Amino acid sequence: MKVLVACKRVIDYNVKVRVKADQSGVDLQNVKMSMNPFDEIAVEQAIRLKEAGTATEIVAVSLGAEACQETLRTALAMGADRAIHVHHDGGLEPLAVAKLLKAVIGAEQPSLVLLGKQAIDDDCNQTGQMLAGLLGWPQGTFVSRLKVEGAKVAAGREVDGGIENVELKLPAVMTVDLRLNEPRYASLPNIMKARKKPIDKKTPAELGVDPAPRLRTVKVAEPPKRQAGVKVDSVATLVTKLKEEAGVI
Amino acid sequence: MDFTLTTEHNLIVDTVRKFVDVELLPHEDEVDRTGEVSEAIKARVRERALAEGLYAMNMPAEVGGGGLDNVTMMLVEKELGRAGYALHYLVARPSMILMACQGEQRERYLLPTVKGDRVDCFAITEPGAGSDAFGITSRAVADGEDFVINGTKHFISHADLADFVIVFAVTGMAETPKGPRKQVTSFLVDKGTPGFSCTRQPDAISHRGFHQCTLTFEDCRVHKRQILGALHKGFDVANEWLYAQRLVLAANCLGRAERILKLAAEWAGGRKQFGQTISKFQGVSFKFADMATELAAAELLTLRAAWKADQGTMTAEDAAMAKLKASEMLAMVADEGVQVFGGMGVMGDMAIARLWRDARVERIWDGTSEIQRHIISRAVLRPFET
Repeated sequence: MKVLVACKRVIDYNVKVRVKADQSGVDLQNVKMSMNPFDEIAVEQAIRLKEAGTATEIVAVSLGAEACQETLRTALAMGADRAIHVHHDGGLEPLAVAKLLKAVIGAEQPSLVLLGKQAIDDDCNQTGQMLAGLLGWPQGTFVSRLKVEGAKVAAGREVDGGIENVELKLPAVMTVDLRLNEPRYASLPNIMKARKKPIDKKTPAELGVDPAPRLRTVKVAEPPKRQAGVKVDSVATLVTKLKEEAGVI
Repeated sequence: MDFTLTTEHNLIVDTVRKFVDVELLPHEDEVDRTGEVSEAIKARVRERALAEGLYAMNMPAEVGGGGLDNVTMMLVEKELGRAGYALHYLVARPSMILMACQGEQRERYLLPTVKGDRVDCFAITEPGAGSDAFGITSRAVADGEDFVINGTKHFISHADLADFVIVFAVTGMAETPKGPRKQVTSFLVDKGTPGFSCTRQPDAISHRGFHQCTLTFEDCRVHKRQILGALHKGFDVANEWLYAQRLVLAANCLGRAERILKLAAEWAGGRKQFGQTISKFQGVSFKFADMATELAAAELLTLRAAWKADQGTMTAEDAAMAKLKASEMLAMVADEGVQVFGGMGVMGDMAIARLWRDARVERIWDGTSEIQRHIISRAVLRPFET
């Protein structure tokens, strides 16, 4: 069974994000970038499937600028077998990513596609769902438990108030959640081995996809600073304030 | 000039950083409080380091080591240096001097040390021979096929954990144009060899849990096959490694200074006095400018020396400058860090206080700041002296 994993290059989770002075976006100059943590969980799950003898090959895919190859090297050093980089400078929206992934999947024919449930930069949480829709494949989202059984995959989905157990026919698309596993870090020998693993390069044109954005960013601004709270001396004052100032009762 | 780190550099740094965060730093308080590293921690760290290929990263790949070059190794040492010696030492980087092992010495000492089955330590320093390494008086006298070693070594780091020691002893005198000069030989001596004993010295204030030991040799008899390198050539074997060790120490200082800088910045950015965070006061903020600048300077010196070592052009003064700058920078950063914390900075259970204590020894061991200045000044002035 071949597993395809999508890996997005995002601002490292440790970095304090700053909005550019012209409010056109987030400042990415000299900022540490890493693999989206949820995608790391997806890579880890693919490796565990391979270690268990379920998966035979792991293909990591990343879409974006040249530097995405660094993210792919991380996936290769963790244990992916080979990688595909779809080179595109400029922004990619979830629908474009889903279309590009669909084209890659058409050529690769994996049985299982794993993605992070969302990327920590734009928090869209759309790509996996759109991809499954475009492919016409079953989808399991927010997966925190996953077991492949023959031509089926059983999964536990994190939903409000608990875990929903579902069973999907392969091939399927799954987006993974935080509690699925704890990703390993690349060992030194595996980092060295990753050097020799191949990264194929493709372009949106080769895949027959127009990645032009459909949305226009009007303005990016920092969230407003929270005002300090006040202490009230009686319940009556509290009720008055909630009624008149907060307007919530 | 291109200062870009490669993808591989970044991956290795990330891996080591995570290892330090997950496997080492959580034990710091316990180790500092008790002055001991428990057997469980030792076993766990060693096992994890071996599993992740982080053990003996400095050793050549052909003997089973990580095969990292000096630049990469210094990036690794910087990350390891964020933790204290008692813990990061467990991610062993055996003495490069073991590469001088020949024949069966490779099977008995070099290879098991790289694999983590044995632990080495290195013994030159004596009560009467600190900075003046040629002042050693331990003697090894030939007797048939054997040598008989007599003498005392002290400040031998982690000898309590070692299975064998690389010990330096005087084996003769040579006439040189400058007068008679001691000939020194290095020997591999196993723990348990009759006449060799090891006792722990009182606890140090820096790097608690990383123990210094006194080694005593009383008519300790070893076969001549225990000579490491060649007879009378001990310092030839040691010198190059000692320079490299200075770079390691410099890199360790960088990691610790970076950690202190972050701790102090977090504190300054959160602590409010006179209605604003203390980071807004110029008297505090300019400290950070100086700390960051000194750190960057020390890092450049260290990486430049490492790069030269990879080209085979590193001099003794390159290593000395890196060690001097980095250890003095750390002292300054640690001291200013404590100042930023104010009274909290001297409380015994605060990380900043421990980091300040740990910083003190860095200007002393592996060649004092004075010895480094001596090396550098000699290189500058010797050509002009008549």
